[in-house]
Parts: sequence; structure tokens; C-alpha cells
Amino acid sequence: MSTAHAEHEHHGAPSGLSRWLFTTNHKDIGTLYLWFSFAMLLVGGSFAMVIRLELLQPGMQWVDPNFFNSMTTMHGLIMVFGAIMPAFVGLANWLIPMMIGAPDMALPRMNNWSFWILPFAGTMLLSTMFMDGGGPNFGWTFYAPLSTTYAPASTDFFIFAVHMLGFSSIMGSINVIATIMNMRAPGMTLMKMPLFVWTWLITAFLLIAVMPVLAGAVTMMLTDRNFGTSFFDAAGGGDPVLFQHVFWFFGHPEVYIMILPAFGVVSQIIPTFARKKLFGYSSMVYATASIAFLSFIVWAHHMFTVGMPVAGELFFMYATVLIAVPTGVKVFNWVATMWQGSMTFELPMKWALAFVILFTIGGFSGLMLGIAPVDFQYHDTYFVVAHFHYVLVTGALFSIIAAVYYWLPKWTGHMYSETLGNWHFWCSVIFVNITFFPQHFLGLAGMPRRIPDYNAAFADFNFMSSIGAFGFGLSQLLFLALIIKCIKGGEKATDEVWEGAEGLEWTIPSPAPYHTFAEAPEVK
Amino acid sequence: MNEERQKANKRTAGKLSLAAVAMVVFALFGLPALYTLICDLTGLGGRTGRIEKEQALAEKPDTTRLVKIEFDANVNADLPWEFRPLTRRVEVHPGEVTTVSYYAKNLSNRTIVGQAIPAVTPFKVAKYFNKTECFCFSQQKFGPGEDKEMPLRFIVDPDLPKNVNTITLSYTFFDTKQSGVEEEPAKAGNATPQ
Repeated sequence: MSTAHAEHEHHGAPSGLSRWLFTTNHKDIGTLYLWFSFAMLLVGGSFAMVIRLELLQPGMQWVDPNFFNSMTTMHGLIMVFGAIMPAFVGLANWLIPMMIGAPDMALPRMNNWSFWILPFAGTMLLSTMFMDGGGPNFGWTFYAPLSTTYAPASTDFFIFAVHMLGFSSIMGSINVIATIMNMRAPGMTLMKMPLFVWTWLITAFLLIAVMPVLAGAVTMMLTDRNFGTSFFDAAGGGDPVLFQHVFWFFGHPEVYIMILPAFGVVSQIIPTFARKKLFGYSSMVYATASIAFLSFIVWAHHMFTVGMPVAGELFFMYATVLIAVPTGVKVFNWVATMWQGSMTFELPMKWALAFVILFTIGGFSGLMLGIAPVDFQYHDTYFVVAHFHYVLVTGALFSIIAAVYYWLPKWTGHMYSETLGNWHFWCSVIFVNITFFPQHFLGLAGMPRRIPDYNAAFADFNFMSSIGAFGFGLSQLLFLALIIKCIKGGEKATDEVWEGAEGLEWTIPSPAPYHTFAEAPEVK
Repeated sequence: MNEERQKANKRTAGKLSLAAVAMVVFALFGLPALYTLICDLTGLGGRTGRIEKEQALAEKPDTTRLVKIEFDANVNADLPWEFRPLTRRVEVHPGEVTTVSYYAKNLSNRTIVGQAIPAVTPFKVAKYFNKTECFCFSQQKFGPGEDKEMPLRFIVDPDLPKNVNTITLSYTFFDTKQSGVEEEPAKAGNATPQ
């Protein structure tokens, strides 16, 4: 960095709308990503409310079955591609340059592109709900032939939206990798990087490997629907089962894309509030890499009931259960970090602890599902729904919320309201369990997922689950209020913010200036 | 940002973009081809084999055992055809060339091109079930009300595992939608799974 150049860069943020439209600043883009994903969280959450409203009581009361189907579909798509993934990209944008001592992301202009594609893709996806024949109604996994032969006309818009989301993710990942590989401050060796940076590096490689596969899958759907190919159509020599293989070859790494950065966040937070160094740093790195590798060879565990030779069932079962080993290493390391630490329970720590406990419950139900012979009972029941909500809501989402509580003072320069935050935490953690824990029992008793009506025998647990869902949904409005309040004002945050915090991002002032590390910091 | 770093960033971005493009190509062309290859090699999904007539005749029948072959026929819901085997069941020696017939009739008043898709159960014997002649090798064109008897010549590989006594061969006829005279199927509107 030449000094003349540095002089020029020491200005503040431009004002007005064009600041946000044309920004190439990693902090601005991080903020945009985070607000976008929060908006999508509320949209996808309101779809969940419709689902739970219909399931509050047995019988059909509020929506017709086709609309119910498009609600389950859109809820899944919006939450995965609109809320969780962009939120992690937002965190990456804000934090990775500050953590490795870089002035910005490697390719700032492309960064602007990767964000601004998103609102258009999201709008296109949501607009399908208003088209003739309704929105996509085939579930977020869009299995052929439901998504090809029997799908509504709006599916072509859904396909294009997925293409755009894929572009955005791939550009974002390229940026993350280029930043981490080329922009680290002198002395910041790979094995000195904060774990959040490590998990994002591995996640970005996963994204570049599998988002193109998703794009390929929807492209095959597109040509099957409109251009006379028969990739998934038996009549033309294709096979619908091929779709499931291609989808899950993307889909399984995808679930780790949504959880690896969460591991990174928690690995930043727990050492701070336990006032100890992270236990087993290098084993954390290797565990993350092993999980990423294993994620490529377990996809068919989503398809045990589709029909597979016994050898296939055995292979995918053992490979799946093997993932418990590196994941166990991680949970062990978090617990060992806390062991004999002088722990305090500020809000980020509360959320991180809730993550460790509740994510582990989701991991255990995942183990149960991974065992092929018993999966035949759980397949496509509410047990699966309970499992993936434990890993995605109390896993991925909780870690994102923990991250916001942890870094919000650094972003805004203000401490948030502790009272409001405690209300948010306790309401969320109680209601989320009321929502999803009974779904385990519903699934074991045989209630199928994605069906708007159910046997009266399932009424009580469904009632509980719906009440919990309404409570959990409303609790997130407290979060919104807390964030807005914190942006507007509050107690001044110190540079270090947290007593035990370590890392380059805590060495810069709070709020973080518009440009940081124009001069690379010294890393010991 | 200094020049050198910018160059490095562009290089990294270029390489990674290439990787992404390569993965798209792999997904679009590699994965379906790989899937078909694995299915053909292992007989997964009940894919049957096809061999030449001379090769089949050269096999020596294993007269010490008899295998029961059952024939089944289905018509996809979109296709207004009648379709059934003329022989429900035969007993054959492995290695012996056998011919049976299927009957199909176009019940509609338009020309339809159909394609039959075979499936063999149990899956693991699919690779031991070979055909030298089959109506499923090509698309079948039926005029309005036309009917046909269609031959099927097959041979069971003498290496068939000893514990297999019954093989079921099932065909499903699909509309290839290539007749050109039918109206566009309604894609709009609520999907009604059948």
C-alpha cells in the first residue's frame, strides 16, 4: 500500500442511496447481506407461520392443499438460499478482512455484484407465488417428475432464480478464497487464522464445487420441461432417480455449507467468554476439512428408501455415521475450551452454548436417520423435520444470532440493550424447543411431512408445536427492535468490547471505521 | 491495493471460475453419463443387457436347471394403449434362446409413437438377462386403432446365480410425445399428481 494511495482512502462513507447501490466497501456489503437475510428470515418465517397455522388443528381450515405445498416449498427455499446462506456471506464480508488484516475483500467490484444479484433472484422466486397456477409446490428438494412433468408454469422462473442465486454464491466464494489466499497481513500464516476464517475458506471451496451441480440440475429440469430432453423422463430413456442423485450430490455438501461457518462463529465466541484459548485449534481445522470431504460421499443417505443394493446402503450408512467423529471432535473441543475456564454468560455466550447443546441434539437425531435399516421408519416423517430444524434453526440460525450479538458493538459502536437481549434469548430458546421437540414424537409415531392434514391422534403435539412456532416467530421481532435500538444509540462500546476477546478485529476502534487496515497490521 | 496483489487476486478468481465452469459441465454431462454407466454395469434399476444373435446361439444351454420367467406389462397413464404379454410365464434353461410375444393396440384415433422401458427384478440378475431382439430397442409407431404383436427374443446367462429361480421382466410403455398431432399438454394450472 503506497502512502499516497492511503491518503486518498481515508475518507468516510458517501451518503445517500447510491452509497448502497455502488458500494464496493466490504463493511457496507456485509451490512447489505445481513439486512437482506434478515428480511428473508421474516418472509420465510411468515410462511412457516402459515404452515403451523394450518397444522394447529387436524382438518383443513385455512389454506388449500396446493397453497400449503407452495408454502412448505418456499419456506425451505427462502430460508436456505435467502436467509442462512446470505447471512453467513454477510458475516464473511464484515469479518474476514478485519480478521486477517486486509483493507477490503480481494475483488470489491465483484463483491457488489454478488450481493445485488440476490434481491433480484429473491424477488423473482417470490413473484412465482402470484403467477397462474401458483408458486413451486414440489418441496424445496424439487424432485422430478413433480418439478418437471407435473409442475406449475411458474417453475421456469424458479429455475432462473436458482441460477442467479448460484451465480451470486459462486462469485461470493471466489471472493472469499481470493481474499484469504492473497490478502492476509504479513505474519498471518494459515494456521494462525481465526477459526471463522478457516471454516469459511473450506465452505467457499464446497460452494464452488457444488453450486454448479445445482445449476446443472435445474438446467436439466429446464431442458426437460421446455426443450424436449429426457434427463429425468423414463419415456425418453432418462431416469427420475438420476435427479435425486444429482440433487443430493449438491444437497449434502450444501447442509455443511450452512453449518461449517456456524462452527467457526462458535469457535470464536466460546474462547472469549471462557477466557481460555480454543482447545485443539489444529484438530478443529482438520475436523472441518474432514467433514467437508465426507460430505461428498454420503449423499445417498437421503435416498435409502428409493431402492439401492445392500452394499450401497451399507457404504452410505457407514460413511454417514463416520461424520460423527470429526463433529464429535468439535463438540469435545468446545466443551474442553470451557472446562475450568472463568466463564461469564453474556448474550453471545448464551447463544453459543444453546448452539452447542441443541445442535448436538440435532446431530444425534441425524445419527439415527443415518442408520439405513431404521431410516425406513423415519423417512419423510416429522422426525426428519425435527432433525433438520435442530441443526438449521438451533444450529445455523442460532450461531448467526450469536455472531450478531458478539460483533454488533464493533459494527455500531454501541452496546445493545441487555434486557431486551435476555428476553429475546429466553423466549427463543424456550419456544424453539416447544416447536421442534414434539416433532420428534410426531415423526416416530408416523406423521408424514409436507401434508396439510393429519390423523386426530397427532393433534396435541401439533398444537404444542404450532404455539411454539408462533412464539418463536414473534420473539424474532424483539431481535429486530434490539438491533435498531443498538444502531440508534446506547452505551459506548470500547475497542475491545469483550474482556477476553482476541483477534485483529478488536484492535480497531468501535464502531469499525469505514476503512480499516489500509496499512497491514503486525501479526506476531 | 498494490498491483502485484491485484494480479494475484485476478489469477485466483480466474482459476476458481474455471473450476466452477468445469463443475457445471461435469454436472450436465458427466453425472448423467456416469449414472447410466453405473446402471448398465451393475444392472441397477433393472436395466437389461443386449447381445448379438450369433453370440446368443453360441451359448450352450444348461439343461440341468429350469428358470421361471414371468412377463408383465404396464402402460403409462398418459398413453391410451392396450399392452399385454401373450405369454404370462415360461420356464427356460439358462443359455437357451427363447422367443415370446407382446401385444399392443393403439386405442386412440391418432398416431402415437411409444417407447417401452424394461425393468428386471430382482435387480441383481438384470445383467444375466440378455435380449437379442426386442420392441424396446426402438420407438414403436402405431396409427389410429392399429395393433401389433411384437416379438421378444432373450437368453438367460448360464452364469445366473444358483439361488435365482424366478425372474420377472416388466415393460412400461410411455408416450414419446413425438407424434406431432397431439395438442400441447396443459402445463399451467395446479399440478395434479395422478
